[in-house]
Amino acid sequence: MNGHSFTNHKAGSVVIALVAAVTVLVPLCNAVFPDGSALHFSAYTVSLLGKYMTFALLGLTLDLVWGYCGILALGHGAFFALGGYAIGMYLMRQIGNRGVYGDPVLPDFMVFLNWKELPWYWLGFDQFWFASLMVLIVPGSLAFVFGWLAFRSRVTGVYLSIITQALTYALMLAFFRNEMGFGGNNGLTDFKSILGFTIQSEAVRLALLMISGLSLIGAFLLSRWIIKTKLGRVVTAVRDQESRVRFLGYRVEMFKLWLFVFAAMLAGLAGALYVPQVGIINPSEFSPLNSLEIVVWVALGGRGTLYGAIVGAVLVNYGKTVLTGLLPEIWLFTLGAAFVLVTMFLPRGLVGLLVRDGKES
Amino acid sequence: MNGSEPQTDQRQDKPFGFMVQPRASNRLDVTHGTILYLEDVSVSFDGFKALNGLCLYIDVGELRCLIGPNGAGKTTLMDVITGKTRPDSGSVFFGQTIDLLQMDEPAIAQAGVCRKFQKPSVFDGLTVFENLELAMKTDKGAWATLFHRLGSEQLDRIAEVLQTIGLQEYASRPAGALSHGQKQWLEIGMLLMQEPKVMLVDEPVAGMTHHEIDRTAELLLSLQGKHSIIVVEHDMAFVRSIARKVTVLHEGSVLTEGTMDEVQNDPRVIQVYLGD
Ligand SMILES: Nc1ncnc2c1ncn2[C@@H]1O[C@H](COP(=O)(O)OP(=O)(O)OP(=O)(O)O)[C@@H](O)[C@H]1O
Ligand SMILES: [Mg+2]
Repeated sequence: MNGHSFTNHKAGSVVIALVAAVTVLVPLCNAVFPDGSALHFSAYTVSLLGKYMTFALLGLTLDLVWGYCGILALGHGAFFALGGYAIGMYLMRQIGNRGVYGDPVLPDFMVFLNWKELPWYWLGFDQFWFASLMVLIVPGSLAFVFGWLAFRSRVTGVYLSIITQALTYALMLAFFRNEMGFGGNNGLTDFKSILGFTIQSEAVRLALLMISGLSLIGAFLLSRWIIKTKLGRVVTAVRDQESRVRFLGYRVEMFKLWLFVFAAMLAGLAGALYVPQVGIINPSEFSPLNSLEIVVWVALGGRGTLYGAIVGAVLVNYGKTVLTGLLPEIWLFTLGAAFVLVTMFLPRGLVGLLVRDGKES
Repeated sequence: MNGSEPQTDQRQDKPFGFMVQPRASNRLDVTHGTILYLEDVSVSFDGFKALNGLCLYIDVGELRCLIGPNGAGKTTLMDVITGKTRPDSGSVFFGQTIDLLQMDEPAIAQAGVCRKFQKPSVFDGLTVFENLELAMKTDKGAWATLFHRLGSEQLDRIAEVLQTIGLQEYASRPAGALSHGQKQWLEIGMLLMQEPKVMLVDEPVAGMTHHEIDRTAELLLSLQGKHSIIVVEHDMAFVRSIARKVTVLHEGSVLTEGTMDEVQNDPRVIQVYLGD
């Protein structure tokens, strides 16, 4: 509607075009150029790019709730992890009798625990469609119940941040327990196949990269559309002057809940795309530190822009890949320092350097 | 409880107060000609009585001016009516049947009791047009808002209000760029967009030029009859120009009521404004 949102709009389109280019060109190159050629991406690179896509999607969902609605959720990683566990359960059941113990139904860790039958909550996860549904429903339901309680009681600001952090921490402790039936400490791993295809095969890796890229593009366009609707304007109004919005007759808690559940479901999707590409999901994904990292991606990239979250997620994770390879000890310090510097000197994040006026309307 | 008392549909707001969303469960009933009843309302903040046994009745279509020295409790009164502050005791009814104390802020606003704040509070990041659109009376649920499209009637309504508040040229400007007086106008416009039955207008002319003040007076006068209006203002010349009936508030209760001349000549009012 106003001049400066055009530049943000354009920058967002550029970023999403880059994502689309990676999504299309990498599989194309690998199809055209033979293995060993310089333009043939290695399995490692393909998975790495796919992983970045899922992180970017995760960052985008946090930007929706934090950047646009002012909900600084410090437990957003929980939804990602739950989506990951949902698909992980499907992948475990795909193993069938190819596990170490050869049990046709029970995953190895259950045989090891001497369990005789599958717990009820594992039923149905042999079906891909069911698991896919759970990828969205489980994080969405948790967000719904949690948000319903928190937003109705008008818990806001730092209190809300703390209880979201407590939520993910509690889930981490719960998932660490063997009795929970999610593989405890080790989590779910040793996946063999997905929809009958070998999970390590190049075709599957490329397919996962493409699906991750398309999901990111789809989520970006959908989010951008939502922000431009009247609901998007109500939500930003809530961010800026929450109580004023109530006096206009809007049930603020319902809008927060709507956005929070939507973001949680997309975060679950990101987790579900991540797990088959890295081959493991364990309780450390619930760690409060992970959720804090997502906040750093978004702050660094520039919140309230959507594409800033994508830029931040990719840059930080690229930095992490490089640095943890070279000097693992200094990674956390570097991340912390970058965060402090950006919050002090670049309140609008890195994209704020390029786009003149990032003030979204 | 024992089933001997027949339950009427009228009192649905009492049982299951925890489960049922607070909302106007009853139709607005103004057969007695009074739209707002405040009886014996008291509010205290840490022992300090901001409202003290206040009684106030507003007639349908009336334009009432509320004056009183700083800290008299005028804004607190509006806070109580709009659900921002819960009184310690007393009752607040909208018409004869709607108990505003059972409702929360959005429910009260949707029922048609709308408010302009003392400190202009428009949404700075949104344009003037978008501010009006946000205030517009329509289905305010999340899904309805997501799929909301402005119809031609609604566009006309916004254009009409823009005209009324004299901000046509500013429609696509961010509200944050407006002057203080223009923000006041925009907030009055947002009030109009809500098609309120009761308008609570807290200090509308603060920060306005003489010309703007005159136009505000004209506007409020043109609205009386269509809406019931309570105006709080310190600018006595402005109050005089619009006042029919004036209520003077002092230390949380009504000191006196009457025409502007009556209250200005009341020795107690003179005492309150000049004394201590
Ligand atoms: N939330 C609050 N907490 C504590 N005291 C409050 C609160 N709100 C109002 N008060 C006090 O209650 C009294 C009445 O305040 P109120 O804002 O209603 O006065 P007012 O008549 O609107 O005054 P003014 O003309 O200055 O706007 C004041 O003494 C004020 O300090
Ligand atoms: Mg006041």
